[in-house]
Amino acid sequence: MSEMTFVQACNAALRQELDRDPNVFLMGEDIAHYGGMFRVTEGLLETYGENRVIDTPISESGFIGMALGAALAGKRPVAELMFIDFSLVAMDQIHNQIAKTFGMSGGTVHVPLTIITQGGGYKGAAAQHSQMLEALFLHVPGVKVVAPSNPADAKGLLASAIRDNHPVLFLEHKQLLPVKGEVPDGEHLVPLGKANVVRPGKDLSLFTYSFSVHMAMEAADLAAKEGIEVEVIDLRSLDPLDWETIEKSVKKTHRVLIAHEAHARCGVGVDLAAQIQKRLFDELDAPIEICAALDFPIPFAKVLEDEVLPTVPKILSAIKEAVGGRW
Amino acid sequence: MSRVNGENAPPEQPIQGQPIQGQPTPDQPTAEQFFRTMVTMEIVEKSLTRLSQSGDLRGSLHLAQGQEAVPAGACAALNKDDYLTATYRGHGYVLAKGCDLEAVLAEVLGRSTGLCHGYGGKMHLFDASHGLLGTNGIVAGGIGTAAGAALAAKIDGNGRVALTVFGDGAINQGHAHECFNMAALYKLPAIFLCENNLYAEMTPLDRSHGNTNLTERIGSYGIATTQVDGNDPVAVFQTMTEAVARARKGEGPTFIEAHTYRTIGHYQADPGTAYRTQEEIDEWRSKNPVARYQAMLGDKGDAIRAEVEEHVESIIKKVLSSPLPTWDSALVGGAK
Ligand SMILES: Cc1ncc(C[n+]2csc(CCOP(=O)(O)OP(=O)(O)O)c2C)c(N)n1
Repeated sequence: MSEMTFVQACNAALRQELDRDPNVFLMGEDIAHYGGMFRVTEGLLETYGENRVIDTPISESGFIGMALGAALAGKRPVAELMFIDFSLVAMDQIHNQIAKTFGMSGGTVHVPLTIITQGGGYKGAAAQHSQMLEALFLHVPGVKVVAPSNPADAKGLLASAIRDNHPVLFLEHKQLLPVKGEVPDGEHLVPLGKANVVRPGKDLSLFTYSFSVHMAMEAADLAAKEGIEVEVIDLRSLDPLDWETIEKSVKKTHRVLIAHEAHARCGVGVDLAAQIQKRLFDELDAPIEICAALDFPIPFAKVLEDEVLPTVPKILSAIKEAVGGRW
Repeated sequence: MSRVNGENAPPEQPIQGQPIQGQPTPDQPTAEQFFRTMVTMEIVEKSLTRLSQSGDLRGSLHLAQGQEAVPAGACAALNKDDYLTATYRGHGYVLAKGCDLEAVLAEVLGRSTGLCHGYGGKMHLFDASHGLLGTNGIVAGGIGTAAGAALAAKIDGNGRVALTVFGDGAINQGHAHECFNMAALYKLPAIFLCENNLYAEMTPLDRSHGNTNLTERIGSYGIATTQVDGNDPVAVFQTMTEAVARARKGEGPTFIEAHTYRTIGHYQADPGTAYRTQEEIDEWRSKNPVARYQAMLGDKGDAIRAEVEEHVESIIKKVLSSPLPTWDSALVGGAK
């Protein structure tokens, strides 16, 4: 184990996979000579050379499309989108091309491609640099989505994403990038589709992921002081989802809260709630609660941003709402 | 025969008559071979039109009659393991690239024996064994795929090239320009082949391009550009051969503008006459490469046509009695 930041853990995963598979290569804006806007690719050009760490122009549609072509030609590209907000100018390539190739080809063509990107707010980056857009990627079938909350998971999930034979979106959170944690040395893999019970509890299942895990843990601590034992589950992977862990927890607590930073409407929470009530209706003792961003573009000023995005107090009141009549 | 960079003079050779230009290379297909490729496209398309009318073929059928010389000439300059992406109008390219006729027709007709087991259809043909990385339903959508395959070939140093074909209308998509720039920047072994058939669906060039000089626009990226008579398979072949050689030598991409014309509608429900004059259509029909080659080859041409007709007919019969696709739930969720 070594202590390292989330960014260093991602860098370690990239090194691990670049070392392991000569077909892995990276492309993105400012990733090679500069070392990455957020330093995720720092030093990789020096080690692996210009054929494997490639600076691209500001052409998201173009280089994401090229990553697809390279994947179809036998490579295992990792493309970095500097902000998930910028994925929107590449959506034809992501949704119509990358996501569909396996299905359209009747399973005859695989697309081993990873998109690394970061999203999230709480930094005053305002409406076009603060979004969590994972639901957009989940809506169109064909791209897996993982959103780790800590350095160890970042290393293990990024490595698994790169080894997967299907497109994977690896979603970092800008608040998490400097966060430190213990990370296993040597080869480390976290399988896609495995959630993590980060805090056991008997009164409520709180499903969350990415930076929201940290706010959920704080809120759970506060709730514990009031006698509410919240089970916090870090989903880690949104597609594939770990139904085994979800079911086990719901069968134990019979109450559900889903907390995420993305907008509420048509989001992960709404979708998960629909699936839980369908699969586990008889297990539920109360309506499923969702704590998510207000459906409004993320404002700049801190007081306004806090109105729109979930906060610890908001998650705490959602916890109380979800356990309802019992307290 | 062709120019590099910027100039927009029309092709030096008038678009007519004898197709042989320049010095034939040893691997240049014979007139008979070109005719066979082109007449197969025409016959397949006519058969599919019939099957569309009878209801055996679902969905849109984008037509390419009149343009057969471009795929015939272009694909003849490629190896089996070179890469190709094409458009909704790309069945000619797929056949000229060497994909199995029965597997292509089975896909187009939605059978389990199709290239993609019936999941893709005519606009989404994939055949990795022939370097076919997809036909596409999105205008300009496959240009990045080809550029990326070219990048892979460059990284691996395996000498392969990637051809992507698109229409004049695709030049107005931003994605195309991102890829032109990156192909020039990275000196990719990519060939951008633009079939300028004067119309994007029903809209003529001068109503959608601020500058209709396409080679000038693309040449500004630092890409070698050239124009060619797209109704002459030999001219297309030779121009492509030069571009392929340039790509394989590591000298970078080429943009080829092939002047041609769709003598039929945009798709099966378009008679193609509402937005074009009959004189214009008739003039281009007189330059139809398939008819010209058949006339040039005389009895031999007639015999080849009859033989191909019979062959295509028998394959269609076989395909129509092939099993329908079966739903494979294991494909869901990327489990496979
Ligand atoms: C992004 C996108 N916009 C619009 C269309 C509808 N469409 C299909 S073909 C076509 C015309 C394209 O013209 P051009 O690129 O000149 O190629 P051609 O069809 O003449 O071969 C259009 C607009 C589409 N398929 N994709």
